[in-house]
Amino acid sequence: MKRLLCILPIIALPAAAEPARDMLVRYAAEAGPGFSPSAERGRQFYHRQFGVSADMPACASCHTDRPGGQGQHAITGKRIAPLAPAANSERFTRSDKTEKWFRRNCKEVVGRACTAAEKGDVLAFLLSIK
Amino acid sequence: MKIETKRFVFDISVWTTSLCLALGVLIHDAVAGSKVPTTLHAQWMTECGSCHVAYPPQMLDLPSWRRLMSGLDKHFGSDASLDEPARRELLTYLERYSGGRGSGRYAAADGRITSTAWFRDAHDEVPATAWRHPSVRSAANCAACHPGAEAGDYAERNLRLPRGIRMMED
Repeated sequence: MKRLLCILPIIALPAAAEPARDMLVRYAAEAGPGFSPSAERGRQFYHRQFGVSADMPACASCHTDRPGGQGQHAITGKRIAPLAPAANSERFTRSDKTEKWFRRNCKEVVGRACTAAEKGDVLAFLLSIK
Repeated sequence: MKIETKRFVFDISVWTTSLCLALGVLIHDAVAGSKVPTTLHAQWMTECGSCHVAYPPQMLDLPSWRRLMSGLDKHFGSDASLDEPARRELLTYLERYSGGRGSGRYAAADGRITSTAWFRDAHDEVPATAWRHPSVRSAANCAACHPGAEAGDYAERNLRLPRGIRMMED
């Protein structure tokens, strides 16, 4: 056991879901007064068939109907790590990374940029998954 | 030896080994001048390895990579755009390790690695049906037959074909 403790400094400690909750607070603030994140609205948005892209009509096309589990890229077949912070503590810990993927994926799936309110709702939905 | 001494010795050896390894990789990288990267580029892995395997840079020549990297917002039908610092950083990596500066066999007019002469030659024993196999799905899915693809291992001896796929005879 003592030996194990010695090598701890070279192993990065896993992050908790706290950064994701902080991010949700920031999206809610950005969405403006009167906005309250809704996991239910986020769930509907996540499953909505936008149909802009034939291969990727919805978020669920790659991240699947169960975002707490592993996803698969709809075109290349590559495995995608779980999206829900409860299953993958790295998710929603860095706003630059999160913004990059919202920018790319919203454009592709929704056909436009997502609003802060939509991002907040989706994040609230993903945080509701245990 | 006392437990504290053992622990100290162990601790020191772990850190020294890590340091030596890291230095070794850096020095080798600096002097080898190899066309094959000795380490996996972290940003290449995260930026280009999320949707597909982070293809080794030597699989395409530099002109093909340059064209690809200047049209990332329309990347085979997907938006794979990067911020400019990240794009510059990856382009520098490609300039160092690409499969030549326009060598023919590594050129792809459409930017697809599967269109290069070397890829077609290397896969000429693969039957057409293999590419449509459910567990392959796409020729972009290298890992379907090359289990070490993520780590850059495409060696023929490590091939593992999905059930039902057989190579054609020469």
